[in-house]
Amino acid sequence: MARITAGVGSSHVPAIGAALDRGRTHQPEWRPIFAGYEWSQRWIAAERPDVIILVYNDHASAFSLDFVPTFAIGCADSFAPADEGWGPRQVPEVIGHPELAWHIAQSVILEEFDLTLMDRMDVDHGLTVPLSLMFGQPTAWPVRVIPLAVNVIQYPAPTANRCYRLGEAIARAVATFPEDLNVQVWGTGGMSHQLAGSRAGLINREFDTLFLDRLSEAPDALRVMPHEEYIREAGSEGMELIMWLTMRGALGPRVRELYRFYHVPASNTAVGHVVLVPEETGERSVTDDAVPRSAAA
Amino acid sequence: MTNAFDDIPGTVVFTGERARRGRHLNRFCMSLMKPENRARFLADERAYLDEWPMTEAQKRAVLERDFAAMLEEGGNIFFVLKVAAVDGRSTQSVAASLAGQTPEEYGAMMRAGGRSPEGLRSISGRF
Repeated sequence: MARITAGVGSSHVPAIGAALDRGRTHQPEWRPIFAGYEWSQRWIAAERPDVIILVYNDHASAFSLDFVPTFAIGCADSFAPADEGWGPRQVPEVIGHPELAWHIAQSVILEEFDLTLMDRMDVDHGLTVPLSLMFGQPTAWPVRVIPLAVNVIQYPAPTANRCYRLGEAIARAVATFPEDLNVQVWGTGGMSHQLAGSRAGLINREFDTLFLDRLSEAPDALRVMPHEEYIREAGSEGMELIMWLTMRGALGPRVRELYRFYHVPASNTAVGHVVLVPEETGERSVTDDAVPRSAAA
Repeated sequence: MTNAFDDIPGTVVFTGERARRGRHLNRFCMSLMKPENRARFLADERAYLDEWPMTEAQKRAVLERDFAAMLEEGGNIFFVLKVAAVDGRSTQSVAASLAGQTPEEYGAMMRAGGRSPEGLRSISGRF
């Protein structure tokens, strides 16, 4: 069966993609950011996931304001890097996993999560920058990707709790997919940043740290946090952080944080990155059971 | 309709009301995704803008590259950034102009850790 083995949280700042594409990774401004992903690049090379369910938001690339899906899942065979106004990033085409994508769509829609089904969708920096941070500059991405686009640019976005619960539903769907697949769920965007308005440039290290702590240990507090609190504390665009909760929801009640990185700034944004793995909370295996079953009863 | 985020100073949240006001401005911005439209716009900005049923205030904001005015007139930040992309202008310089700072001042502020939220959480003083 398919199984979710890990979750990754990562900012998706477009300027990071530009720095990489233009060979500026060793400049003092950018070096610490790429250094912050070196552990994760080694980790993921060893993990060799088959599929990534990549939760991100489109930034006026695939979607104009003519139609704004709250949640849209990419069911296509492949996804082209979008032209965001200065030509597409020169990164590999993103190869989908339509069988698993359709399986997830069917499973979660019948659980009343009404996803929009996308058979053609260009993917912008929201999706390709995290891939670049985690995999560098390969000639082909070493993994298949199911894009899951969340509306966070036209108010109202879905609630943080809805994002979390969608992650839980995705986990149930993956667990019933018959093929043996190593699946990761990534939540992208954030951390604190603001573009829109005279408060532009807002960074809130204290909130970001609290968010990362709670993401692992107390996600319920993040689930009930209203939009205005995300906007007030993390900035108008920092509300992208709700997308990390879909990743967190997919990992189950308890997780272990394997890695954390935080850096200010990347252009206008605080960069945050975590690697989380689910911890078993159900029945332990017999060999792991120190208490005899008769005594436990 | 009032929203709780209306109490946050200096922060534009793109509501349905703004989307309705900015409909044609944002559609114009989206048209700049096509290289041939970018070329036509740059060849004669006024003529290209006149093809869209935008208000004069919206057209003036674009012609003057007044990004704060574009947001005020219903522009969505990710759409108006396409005007900046046509000019080869960075997102950071747009953010600086929205903040009323020079790019140098803004860049130095970001390198020093960004703009603190202290004193910028609430107009009413509730937070």
